[in-house]
Amino acid sequence: MSELRDLYQEVILDHNKHPHNFGELDGADRHADGYNPLCGDKLAVYVNLDGEVISDVSFLGSGCAISKASASLMTDAVKGKTLTEARVLFEQFLRLVTDDSVDVESEPMGKLAVFGGVREYPTRVKCASLAWHTLRAAVEDAHDIVTTE
Amino acid sequence: MSSPTEASAPPAAPASFDVERIRQDFPILHRLIRGHPLVYLDSAATTQKPKAVLDVLARYYAEGNANIHRGVYVLSEEATQAYDAAREKVQRFLNAASSREIVFTRNSTESINLVAQSFGRQNVAPGDEVLITHMEHHSNIVPWQLLCEQVGARLRVAPIDDTGTLQLDEMERLIGPRTRLVSVVHLSNSLGTVNPVREIVDMAHRRNVPVLIDGSQAVYHMPVDVQAIDCDFYVCTGHKLYGPTGIGVLYGREAWLERMPPYQGGGDMIRSVTFDKTTYADLPNKFEAGTPHIAGAVGLGAAVDYVQAIGFDRLAAHEADLLAYGTAALSEVKGLRLIGTAARKASILAFVMKGAHPHDVGTIVDTEGVAIRTGHHCTQPVMERFGVSATARASVAMYNTRAEIDTLVRALERVREVFPV
Repeated sequence: MSELRDLYQEVILDHNKHPHNFGELDGADRHADGYNPLCGDKLAVYVNLDGEVISDVSFLGSGCAISKASASLMTDAVKGKTLTEARVLFEQFLRLVTDDSVDVESEPMGKLAVFGGVREYPTRVKCASLAWHTLRAAVEDAHDIVTTE
Repeated sequence: MSSPTEASAPPAAPASFDVERIRQDFPILHRLIRGHPLVYLDSAATTQKPKAVLDVLARYYAEGNANIHRGVYVLSEEATQAYDAAREKVQRFLNAASSREIVFTRNSTESINLVAQSFGRQNVAPGDEVLITHMEHHSNIVPWQLLCEQVGARLRVAPIDDTGTLQLDEMERLIGPRTRLVSVVHLSNSLGTVNPVREIVDMAHRRNVPVLIDGSQAVYHMPVDVQAIDCDFYVCTGHKLYGPTGIGVLYGREAWLERMPPYQGGGDMIRSVTFDKTTYADLPNKFEAGTPHIAGAVGLGAAVDYVQAIGFDRLAAHEADLLAYGTAALSEVKGLRLIGTAARKASILAFVMKGAHPHDVGTIVDTEGVAIRTGHHCTQPVMERFGVSATARASVAMYNTRAEIDTLVRALERVREVFPV
């Protein structure tokens, strides 16, 4: 059971049940649809930009607890961040869920650290990263700044 | 657990079936997964392989490997004989009239594509129709969509009801003057429904429409007699029949196969080749271009021998008991809804759980060593029909036990602890 609780931490279960920033953003500047063909999960991410800053972000869709909680926590984490900061966070997040050598405690990831358990379940990495890939698709759409390191 | 004489066993109980002895034949069933004994409930995706098949594969490569046909040395003759013998075993297994009607392919998917591109291109014209059902696997949808796009034909779909039963009267109505082929699954992989294939064949033949049956799921649960079914084509795959991956079967009525053009060109499928004109080999070689999966065919032959030695009457009774036991046990799980409740079913227990996504269900039961499949099972139209994005699916085969069903149910209680209703 403890192994399971590493994956399904309370924060994840809470965000699955009561997701933050859930719903469509009226008149969003950017929007992208994410799709995981393996499981059929669909996710839409909406973004409002104020210059380089993500002033508002939301998501809509259905999926497993991991993908839904990840989308919810992602929207909390990137709101108010610059595109460059969000990109760095995405890279850190991907390392967190895939790389065994990353120390969950030492990474400055805040609540996103709860996804550290996903690395034990390689088939679930796509669930955890679907929202992030969709966010990137939304902001990179006709936006050359975010593609610049 | 087995009874020495069948006569002493009650009629419905599979007491004469010694499942523990069967399990000894499957080395993988003794693996530990995350510290738990493996409970393998994903045979609808692929069955595990008995030692008899593994040994034949190893022996073929260790002692008998050579390319078939045209070799004048001992090894090549032996390999050719083994390959031909495997074909005859499959012929007897499906009760085809002749081994000329058995074509080896990669899998069921390739068998259907062969029929779509060879029979289809020859017989389906602009405005014609191909009829399938709502419960088909993507492998019995997409090849027909490709064909219909290529020739300007139309794909028609016979509906299913809320239990997952094919609506035969609707199907009959859809067989019209433009219908050129009916293609239907024998046993649905996502619902477990067993279709009345003989009735469907009769219905289509009354209008002179040939029928293909996708038997991928059926052949390891029930005896299949293609002459009794009277179908024109029947496809199945080795890896779901306790055999190796990469070897599939197309049964085709000889009269059709004779008329159909080759699917792929290459070595082994010709009689003579010049730059001006090539003449094709006789059946079934006409449809087997290139070096085939010789070891796969030999392994499939061993798998067929294994299944027949056990006997469908005994394994089917055992599996029917597991299905009934599993249906009752899962129905007791809080917030669980079975998807696929047709009167005639085999092997498949598909379900969704309130408040828990199938992927989370799959991950949680995996931590208890229980292997089930989650997702759309390559039947997205079925998911749409039942208003779900995915299901969790347990499927039983001859080596499963009631105790394993109990383990699944206990694991589902873990799901309920993580995701309370």
